[in-house]
Amino acid sequence: MASSTPSTENQVTGGGISTRRKLVNQVMLTLTGVASVLVLIPLLLIFYYLLAAGAGSINIDFFTQLPAPVGEPGGGMANAIVGTLSLVLLAGAIGIPIAVGAGVFLAEAGRSPLGNFVRFIADVMNGIPSIVTGIFVWAWIVVWMGRFSLLAGSIALAVMLIPMVTRTTEEMVRLVPRELREGGVALGFTRWRTTLGIVLPAAKSGILTGILVALARIAGETAPLLFTAFGNPFWEWRLNEPISALPLLIYQYAISPYDEWHRLAWAASLVLIGMVLAISLMARFIIKNPYRDR
Amino acid sequence: MDNPTTASKTKTPSSNPARKMAIDHADESPPVPSADKARLAIEARAFSFWYGSTQALDSIDLKVPERRVTALIGPSGCGKSTFLRSINRMNDLIPKIRHEGDILLENDSVYRTDRDVVQLRKSVGMVFQKSNPFPKSIYQNVAYGPRVNGLVKGRREMDALVESSLRQAALWDEVKDRLDSSALGLSGGQQQRLCIARALAVSPEVILMDEPASALDPIATQKIEELIYELKNDYTILIVTHNMQQAARVSDYTAFFFMGRLIEVGRTEELFTNPVEEQTEAYITGRFG
Repeated sequence: MASSTPSTENQVTGGGISTRRKLVNQVMLTLTGVASVLVLIPLLLIFYYLLAAGAGSINIDFFTQLPAPVGEPGGGMANAIVGTLSLVLLAGAIGIPIAVGAGVFLAEAGRSPLGNFVRFIADVMNGIPSIVTGIFVWAWIVVWMGRFSLLAGSIALAVMLIPMVTRTTEEMVRLVPRELREGGVALGFTRWRTTLGIVLPAAKSGILTGILVALARIAGETAPLLFTAFGNPFWEWRLNEPISALPLLIYQYAISPYDEWHRLAWAASLVLIGMVLAISLMARFIIKNPYRDR
Repeated sequence: MDNPTTASKTKTPSSNPARKMAIDHADESPPVPSADKARLAIEARAFSFWYGSTQALDSIDLKVPERRVTALIGPSGCGKSTFLRSINRMNDLIPKIRHEGDILLENDSVYRTDRDVVQLRKSVGMVFQKSNPFPKSIYQNVAYGPRVNGLVKGRREMDALVESSLRQAALWDEVKDRLDSSALGLSGGQQQRLCIARALAVSPEVILMDEPASALDPIATQKIEELIYELKNDYTILIVTHNMQQAARVSDYTAFFFMGRLIEVGRTEELFTNPVEEQTEAYITGRFG
């Protein structure tokens, strides 16, 4: 019996096992290393292509001018950049309060049948193709209002954001140690006071990160905007008018037959990636400082 | 180790009828010896408790005297923590629980249906095994309870309350220059004393301590024990501990729990030197648990 043999014998037999184990360990480590390099390759290629094809068309006009009509050189995408920012901000304003509230409910009272139902619905919503979300918002909001609009586009993006932020909020609130909740309750705080004053602040950085990741995700969405925000070659500020957005312009320009527009599409892609990257970096920064402000 | 509690104690009569009261009839033989003039702070009457179908406490009768330290000892899973958390009804947070009997706080049922649980928890402070400061500043950790409960008006009054609470918890001198820095930057022992200060700030009558020093090093433990000795002048303290030397050092009375039953309760030095029940003796001499 191996367990009862003297230690010297154990070492002898154990030596062979340990060589094999080391080998297996090396192989597995190499395989996972290769896999992570494979993950990096598309990202690096995308960056390389965007820089090569788009960087040349980025100049001050790109950020300050409206798109030029077909055949005219130059022009920019200022309205699309502002449009994307407005859509994302408004979608956040609509979706974040709902999502954070639902996430807190799921974490604190999610064992009820209602909680299980909401969680299931959120997971299903996470899987709905974004084009379907677009059609749904078109059928309910655009048809009802009788026009494409910033509001409809934002609602479509909010519908995508809500399930993502709901689930991350739930996970983050669940991570708050039970002791912290008990500390509040033991001081005579009500449940909502404990949640609002102690649990949410403790989960704040995680929730914020989840929100930023979701915002970065919806900033690049095209399909939900096709029949809702629709696009607009001019400046537009009103809620009930169609608005331009970078992904829409990229789509429109990339399928056009004009070389100038193709170049602008590359440039717009570069700017869009830059915006998404900036948001992701903000998220990283927040993660690194969990209790930055007290 | 030096025993700070013995100095204050008067010798009690060696034949103490209170000792077996837990097993026999609680009402006939109170655990508070006649030499001790303390009033009763807490009284458990045939209190039983279930998690789902698992019975955690079986008909506990225990009288806890005011402004004394009562230690609850016993092996893991014996129900001492459950009993502690039954007093301020922290167990209410757990689904599918059930109880029978009653616990009286200042002669007032903790479990009566119209009891305001929030009010109850204000008068029964609690310190947990794992220090759990809020992710806020040191000042805010102490001030948050009184502010939410509307105990003080104005900044100056709050400053005074925060200072006195931190002084009572023997933490003031260590943190007075960094009240606005994060409580999470404190050491484990300091965090635990901050949690005690936080509990004191809402002026409770009773303080429940659930193994408050089990995660601390000996120096920090000693500070907590000295603090407990100070605090019993003003508060009734119930402390759950796995450390028998600690129970002997800090407590006036000790109650031994085993498998959900209260086996024996009595004056600490008597229970440790001359236990009546065989199970108690086996436990305190380290033969099990």
